[in-house]
Amino acid sequence: MSTSAVRRGPFGSAEQGEVPSIRTRLAVTIAGYGALAVATCVLAPLVGSTQISLARVFDRSIPFADNVDAQIFFVARMPRVLSGAVVGAALASAGVVMQALLRNPLATPFTLGVSAGAALGAILVITFSTAVSLGALSPVPLASLGGALLASAIVYGLATRPGRTMSTMVLLLAGVTLNSFFSALILFVQYMADFAQTYRTVRWLMGDLDVGSFGPIVASLPLVLVAFAMFAVLPRSLNLLSVGTDAASTRGVDVGRTQRLAFLSSSLATSAAVSLAGPIGFVGIVVPHLVRLMVGVDHRIVLPASALFGAAFLVGCDLVARTVLAPVEVPVGVVTAMLGGPFFLWLLVRRS
Amino acid sequence: MFLCVVCGQNVFVTLVAQERVATRIVSLVPALTEMLFAVGAGSQVVGVSSYDDFPPEVQSRPRVGALLDPDVERILSLKPDLVLMYGSQTDLQGQFARAGIRVYSYRHGGIGNVLQTIRELGALSGHKVEGDRVTAQLQSRLDAVRTRVRSRPRPRTMLVMGRDAMALRGVYVSAGVGFLHELLDVAGAEDVFADVKREGIQPSNETMIVRAAQVIIELHPGDQPAPDILQKERSVWSLLSSVPAVRNGRVHLLYGGYLMSPGPRLAAAAESLARVLHPDAFVEAGPQVRP
Repeated sequence: MSTSAVRRGPFGSAEQGEVPSIRTRLAVTIAGYGALAVATCVLAPLVGSTQISLARVFDRSIPFADNVDAQIFFVARMPRVLSGAVVGAALASAGVVMQALLRNPLATPFTLGVSAGAALGAILVITFSTAVSLGALSPVPLASLGGALLASAIVYGLATRPGRTMSTMVLLLAGVTLNSFFSALILFVQYMADFAQTYRTVRWLMGDLDVGSFGPIVASLPLVLVAFAMFAVLPRSLNLLSVGTDAASTRGVDVGRTQRLAFLSSSLATSAAVSLAGPIGFVGIVVPHLVRLMVGVDHRIVLPASALFGAAFLVGCDLVARTVLAPVEVPVGVVTAMLGGPFFLWLLVRRS
Repeated sequence: MFLCVVCGQNVFVTLVAQERVATRIVSLVPALTEMLFAVGAGSQVVGVSSYDDFPPEVQSRPRVGALLDPDVERILSLKPDLVLMYGSQTDLQGQFARAGIRVYSYRHGGIGNVLQTIRELGALSGHKVEGDRVTAQLQSRLDAVRTRVRSRPRPRTMLVMGRDAMALRGVYVSAGVGFLHELLDVAGAEDVFADVKREGIQPSNETMIVRAAQVIIELHPGDQPAPDILQKERSVWSLLSSVPAVRNGRVHLLYGGYLMSPGPRLAAAAESLARVLHPDAFVEAGPQVRP
């Protein structure tokens, strides 16, 4: 996170100067942002709308069912903080990858229709009160996951041709069109729904991390882990890809493969995050830009830093959401937008 | 009689002449349709909203949209002399005023508003005596419920109006304002969210644990599901095992459209609530005849 690293070129260690090696920078970044994320995740469960005693929380002599403090800690706060960390990390990393893939600073994890597909699934289940569940996935998360994966599959099918690289233009247009199409379907279903259902769908769209148990988080982990495993091999290719597909392929990047990996990984991460907590906005766009401002543009640094900072950011926003107006709760998506929106505008004006 | 309705900045003053009885009425509000049928004005109802489902006679009436999508042409084609609509439909009220059609603007509120509205609709539809009788009957049924449970301890109760299927997420509860809150009071319970002066809120799990309701009642507008589904829906609450209602098996799921309708069936809703809150008080009363 040294200031000399801020103005580095996209090729990282290829442009060696007096700056420390990529390994050192990566270690420093992960240590710094990791400490921030861990500190947030440790401190956040200690704070809430009510005072709890930590001694009581961990007092094993009181049966769990009688221990209100332990229930607040383990049922209400820990799952919230952990889901905030998982969702924040997933959305922020997906945002980084999507911005590199589309070579567009305004790209978000929701640009290519994943969240609209998820929303359509959720809204159909809320409106027609379907009662299908799968393990720890209750009907609404299950349907939103299905919708998100379906939307990703449609966009992927439209934008890929065997043996050819993806057209960023086609990808973007297909995604944006699918977004509008799903949004129209959502409005149509909402129009057919009654007031209570409409309220609940609108509320779902604002995002909510109060998952209530570790089950839903564990259920989303396989997708998130697969996505992060794919993220891990991407950064170097993304550095080259963000300059241009031709430049990347002349430097030996398998552009088609990188694009597919980038699309699939960010779609998986986004699908898992949205099905867990609804489409929480701004994390996927603000966090990557904020992190770039601090550590430069090398994806080998930006990607892990964004994941860690995204986790800390969302856990922090949810802390505000659950305490500021208690017992009434502010939807976390409102908090991220209210904090993230002005900040992003400031960034935009400052940069231009 | 002057009916003054204040909606935002717009003040609509509708002159309702006592002798001009409405004979062709269109209702965009399901609760008001119920009231018309209850006061004996059912045959004068020529159009209903898309959400109307009670009484069964509404099935034969033309549908004319609702809050967001009133079909003005269709309403006009039914040649109504009175249109009942929501207070927030101010543009629509202006439209009908220009067309010279009387408008009744509905104010959502507490039990008092419901009784007042039944009386007013009785008068407007030429069934004043019946309207007063229905109102008095409702009031006496509510009083009877209140009296029956008066001497009993009032459990701290959380009234749930909505929740995601099969998960303890998106829980939406009644708070300290509105007819549901008042029904809880009639039925002999303390609302755990009485201090929040809103019709409803979405509490976090933490808030629900802290509020520690002694009884949790869920209201579902639909039909009762199969026993296995019912069991699954009830068991989502086991997550909050420190909440007294959960520990003591006092989570009740009630099903039926009458439970959340601010109309003539609210006494039945009060009775249903009182029966789950104070089952001992109803032992000799026999099973409730559901509307």
